[in-house]
Order: sequence, then structure tokens, then C-alpha cells
Amino acid sequence: MGYTMQTNALLCISCKACEVHCKVKNSVPKALKLGVHLQLGPTLQGEKVSLQNLYMPCLQCKEAPCLSACPTTAMRRRQDGIVFIEKTQCTGCKACLVACPWNVPQFDSDAGVMRKCDLCRDRLDAGKLPACVTGCTMGALSLDKADD
Amino acid sequence: MVNAYTANSICGMCTARCPIQVHVHDGKAQWIHGHMETSLKGALCAKGAAGIALEEGERPRTPLLRVGPRGSGQWREATWEEALGHVASELQKSQALHGQQSVLWSDRNGPFTDLYRAFMRGIGSSNICSHSVSCDINVHHAGQAVLGWGREATVFDFANCKHLVLQSRNLFEALAVSEARTVGKALQQGCQLTVIDIRTSITSAKANTFLCPRPGTDYALNLGVIHTLITEGLFQKDFVAQYCTGFEELATFVQPYSAAWAAAETGVSEQAILALARSLAKAAPHVIWHPGWMTSRYGDSFLVSQSAFIITALLGGIGVKGGFVPASSAKSVGKVPLQRLSALYPAPEPQRADGIGTEYLAFDPDKGLLHKMLEAMKPGARVPIKSYIAWRHDPIQSMPDPAAIKACLDNLDLLVAVSFSWSEVVHYADVILPLSTYLTRESIIAHKGGLSPQFFVRQKALERTDNTRADWEIVSGLARHMGLDKLAFSSVEAIWEYQLQGTGVSMADFAKNGSVSLCEGAVFPAPESLCFGTPSGKVELSAAGWGERTGLPSLVAYQSPQRPPHNAFRIIFGRTAVHTQGHTMNNPLLAEQMPENLAWIHPTRAESLGLASGQRVEVVNARGESAGSLPVFVTEGIHPEAVFMVHGFGQKHPKEALAFNKGAADNELLAHGLAHHDPRGGGLTMQEHFVTLRKVEKQ
Repeated sequence: MGYTMQTNALLCISCKACEVHCKVKNSVPKALKLGVHLQLGPTLQGEKVSLQNLYMPCLQCKEAPCLSACPTTAMRRRQDGIVFIEKTQCTGCKACLVACPWNVPQFDSDAGVMRKCDLCRDRLDAGKLPACVTGCTMGALSLDKADD
Repeated sequence: MVNAYTANSICGMCTARCPIQVHVHDGKAQWIHGHMETSLKGALCAKGAAGIALEEGERPRTPLLRVGPRGSGQWREATWEEALGHVASELQKSQALHGQQSVLWSDRNGPFTDLYRAFMRGIGSSNICSHSVSCDINVHHAGQAVLGWGREATVFDFANCKHLVLQSRNLFEALAVSEARTVGKALQQGCQLTVIDIRTSITSAKANTFLCPRPGTDYALNLGVIHTLITEGLFQKDFVAQYCTGFEELATFVQPYSAAWAAAETGVSEQAILALARSLAKAAPHVIWHPGWMTSRYGDSFLVSQSAFIITALLGGIGVKGGFVPASSAKSVGKVPLQRLSALYPAPEPQRADGIGTEYLAFDPDKGLLHKMLEAMKPGARVPIKSYIAWRHDPIQSMPDPAAIKACLDNLDLLVAVSFSWSEVVHYADVILPLSTYLTRESIIAHKGGLSPQFFVRQKALERTDNTRADWEIVSGLARHMGLDKLAFSSVEAIWEYQLQGTGVSMADFAKNGSVSLCEGAVFPAPESLCFGTPSGKVELSAAGWGERTGLPSLVAYQSPQRPPHNAFRIIFGRTAVHTQGHTMNNPLLAEQMPENLAWIHPTRAESLGLASGQRVEVVNARGESAGSLPVFVTEGIHPEAVFMVHGFGQKHPKEALAFNKGAADNELLAHGLAHHDPRGGGLTMQEHFVTLRKVEKQ
């Protein structure tokens, strides 16, 4: 099983609320982002305006390179597939960042540990949605849970 | 034991005032999102989410009295008792010398102004003004001209709309969350969207059709559409016959303005104009041609808005689902309205310093002409303005030509700024009265008209930890010092109790989500009960009544806008979803998203000037003065005659580290811009200015 985040391209207006909600709710320090909103455009293509949007939280890879790269036992996977950092075990060595093809894990220099998106597992456990999904201005983000 | 709770409140990061839930932990806000138990279902824009940073941010936290020259940034701290006493005695002194009406109050209007109006009535001055001349006054008056409905009296029923035209309305960047979500839903259900803009905004990216006319030719485009609707018989004949006057005059007037003519003038193809008119006719009457919000743009912006109302009326989109609908109010749904605080004092005999009621008979005094108020600060004015209270409003940053504005302000005996943040006018003031942040202040109860009228109230989410005060505390304090005992409330509960008298509503009714609905569901008027506030009581397609009141012809021949001089650009400014005008540039969460603005220019212009994306330029006004430097952004998505930049940057006062001197300030580019307003609507002509770009050699 696992989670996937969907961005509804018709509704998304590149307003960056997803990024800011994530930063505020998770107390993410300056210059770091746990989730990144990718935006291409708006650009004029003929008479149409093209805009592509995608919100990229951690993909919670089924075969997660960060997990095997972690030299301590800080990087862990839950039963529901979410990969998270147990910060008491993290040394901030950045091995996970090097291993991740998407540069998801970020080094928090204030705390000396790595940070990464865990889809707000605290909120999921309380029956709520991740901060980016709840706060999304247009209701463009959704979290799907797949059983496999 | 940790004290954690979730508070209901109202966002204060922009004027949309979204209902919010604030998660508080040990006295500090942890996270803010839209209220789950409202139509927002948790949604809140980036600015709203970033609101928590206000608490720790740089802002005035205690009353300050100026000790150096104006604008020098030299202050001393004062107690509230001293500061309010000082303001009261200076106001009284100035009124004794120059007359009761010599006091000006400006704010940005909105639902909480009843308290301020009460204060001004109490001290006997009718010189109250909104920011409207640099915002919505043209569209407000255009609605009155055609429908007899002002801006606040008109609702756009986007939810049921089948073809929406957005012109002068960047709906997904000048963002009100609830409205944007409603339009998003309509688009999902197949509503057609046409966007008319001189650049590729985010909103334009959502359009089925994007039209990019030459800057300043929107009126020509709209005349071409009216011509097509009439000559091809595409208008709603029954609606026009039953509800409208002036059709024959309109039909005669538009004869020269064919789609082919409009195409030559605007650069939009004839086919596109014809197709738009025909597509609108297919969707009629569920159509909205948006008349704009910020419409203080061109010399004919009032006429652009007026033509938007005319087009929608020709298509029958008035008083129907999916069109313009009259706003319902407490009174119209049979409920007792809030008891007005301004009813505590009689209205003074109007003696307006801006000429409304004497020189300008058509214009709405609730909006006011602030540029004319500024002029009345100069010696020799018929009604002189000698004291000015700028309440949560920065005229220096929001109006053209800061140097000219300061020259007006220099004639004042007293300049008081009330604000939760630093701004150009706060930094120029004699007295700063610091307002509490929206998370730490309560509001009076507000009435919100619309499809579903409601009362709402802002509750404080946190206790303040600084020496700031809520609106009601400042007004009540000033009232006490000026002997206005009836307005000198000692608690906000006493104000709420006064307002709710006879309504049958109690404060407990606001507990669920901060608002009280005054009716079930949306109210659409029955067709036979539609009424219009025009002199004829009908939709005036030739705006004849307005023409009589302004003393100017109301169907006006098109005049082609000037082209920019060689190597110059028309300056166009606008919004982004991550900043609110000029007051969020110092918010670290938002500065991170957008630290400075960019100068959008077309590749052909960039090439001839030898500029590439990322190259820094200074933007220079007609007097040869630079308004700051910013990087160039070269894009096909802007008309070659224009340079575009996001408004609010280029801050000149040094009190906000992240905002100081970041990017360029568009209002500094509007040299002599206080001198011209649209004669029919009153709006300043803020896009009738040309600028040049100067390469910054040292990168």
C-alpha cells in the first residue's frame, strides 16, 4: 500500500499556498522546503497560454534509496508506506539527500538534522489530511491511498 | 500543562477577510488554515498561511511621537494616554483654528468602518475618504450609471455562469479565496472563460480564449462586441424591451464601431471579436462580462466598465442566475439590521474638501476623491484640510507620485497614522498609533451583503504581548479624550451588545464559525421584483441619467491611446498571489516566495535595448527619476508597448529589512499622476504614463 499526491492541473493556480502551509505547519526553517510546487509558465503558445503545475511532496518511493542510504536507523518506513525520519537517530550526514533522486530530504542546519516530508503523518494519524492538501487554495491537491 | 486550542477568527492579510482557524500552542500561533466548517473547507492562500509571521515581525509596537523632521525616522515612545491625549488636543486646536471640517480621515473602506464614521460624525467633519480613486471608483460609478447598483450592491453569480469574461480582473492572482474556488468549480462544470489582458497572467492561463489588445484599447474592443451583438441581432430582445432604456441611442452610437474597426484598433483579430460575441450570445443570459475591480487605469476606464455592464445587460445577464444579481442585505431578507454606531451622532452638514456635492455632483461621497483632499491641504483651499488620520491606509504607496503627495502632507498641522505595520505614510507621520495584529484584535460586528447575507465578527485568536490596541480601543480612547462619551466604549462586548440590539442574534450564535447566516441558501430576486436605482428605474443602456449628473455626454466617441515615445514603455502594474499590495514584502515566508518584482518586457523590445532576462534595469519616470532597480523578465506574454511589474515593491523607508529598496515602485513612475482623473468615474489614470529602462552596469 502507499499514498500518492495528485495535482488537479485545471484547478491549480500556482499560488504557492501548498509550500507555505507545509512550512508553517511543520515549522520548516528559512530557505528549506519539504514540498516543492513546480511551475512552468505562463507562456504564450500561439494564442493559448500554457501553464503546467505539479506539487511535489516526498513520493514515498516503494524502493526508497534514502532508506538504504541511511547509515543510522533514522530513516524508517511505516506500515502504510510513509518514509519518515526519527530525528533522535539522525546525525545530519546528508546521505539520504545524496541518494534521493528528487532532492527531497533537506538539511536543517539549526537543528543539525535532516528533514523530509512525511505527508504530515501526525495529521493522517488523527484522521486529517496533510497541511498542503487541507490548505490548498483551490482544493486542487488530493491524497490517494492505494492498497496493493 | 501545555495550553493548546483552535480559535475561530477572520484573516487580516488582505481585504478578502476569509474565515480562519488558528491553531494555538502555549500562546503562539502554530498554523492557520481556512475554516473547515465554511465553504473554504480549510483552504487559505499563501498570504493567509504566512500571517503567523506578523507576530514576530518588524512593526510599531508602542505609540510613537515624532521628534525629528517628518520622515526622518526619529521618534520617542509614548504611553497610550499621552499619545491619544496629544492627538485629541491637536485635533481640537486645529478645528478651532481652521473649522470642524478641517479633519480628514482615510481608510480602505470595508465592513468595519461604521465605528470610524461614528467618530468623524462625533467630531463634526464630513471629510472621510476611501482609497477608491486608486482602486474601484470607476467600476463603482459605472454600475451606478447603467444599473443604479454600486459595487457593494452587485453580486457576480459565478457559480451558475456559462461564459465569464475577465477584463481588468486578475481573479486568480488578485485573489479572494472563496471567489476563486467558485470560479474554479464553474470552470470544471464547463463555464467558458475569456481573459482580456495585456500580459499572460495566471488567470489568462485558465482561459479558453486569451485576447491581448494593445494597452489602452479595451474600450474599442468592447464597442466592437456591442456592435456585433446589435447588428447580428444576438442580444436578448425581451430583456432589453422589458428592462432597458436607451437602446436606440446605443445602436446609433455604435454604428461606426464594427468588429473590423475594433480589430484594427486593438490588434485582436476580427474573427476573435465576432467569435466572442457569438459565443456569449449562445451562453446568454448566464454571462458575466466582469466590469473590473482595480479600474483606475486609463483615461477611459470608466467607459470600459460601463461597456461591460452594457454588454452583460444586452445579453440579459442581469438579475438572473449566472449573471449580475442585486446583493441581498439583512433588511431585504426581512431581518433587523445591525444598530449603527454612526447613529450615535447626527451627520454634519457636508462641507467636502474634495468637491463632491459641489463640483462633482454624481460621485459617491462614501468613496471620495482622495487626490482632491490632498490638494485641499495646500494653502488657499475653499475647505482647508489641516489634520489627517490615515487609518490602515498608505496613500503615499498606493497613489501616484509620492513626492507630490508628501508636498501636500507637509502643509498639515497633524498627520496621524494608525497601522499594524510600517509603511511609507507611517514613517512620515507625526503620531503612530499601533494597531494590534489581526490575530490579537477583535472587530466590531460586520454585515456582509450578497447572495446569502450574514453578520460576521473577528475574534482574537491570541493575547497580545505588545503595547498595541484594537480599532475599537483606539477609537473609544480618542472619543473619551474628545468628550464623545457615547462612543467611549469600555469593552468590545458593550459594542457588540449595542450593535445586536433588536436583531435577535446573540454572540453565542457566532461560535461555530464566526458568522451568522441571515437566510437559508442563496437569494435570487423574482424577475418581476427587479429594480434599478437609475433615474429611469431601468437599465440605462445609454447611461443617460449619469450623463446628466456628470454634465458630460455618456456615450463617448472612442479616442485612440497615445503610443509610447521612442524607446519608452507604458507602465502597467498588477498583483501576484503571494503578496498583498505593499504590506507583505517584509513577511519572511512571502519574501522567500518573491523577494522583488521583475520588469516584464517583450523580446522585440529587449533585443532593441540589448537586454536579456536577469539583467538589472532602473525604471525611469517622465521627470528622469529612477523608481529603483529590478531584473528584466523577457517574455512573449506581454504586449510590446508595455512594461509590467508587480505592485508594492521598491519600499523607501528603512524600517522593514526584507522590503527596503527591493525592486521598483510603480507609483513613483506616475509623475504628476495626481493631476488627472477620469471625468466620468473619478479614477486616477495610473496607466497613462510612459517610462524608460536604464541598464544597471554594475551587477
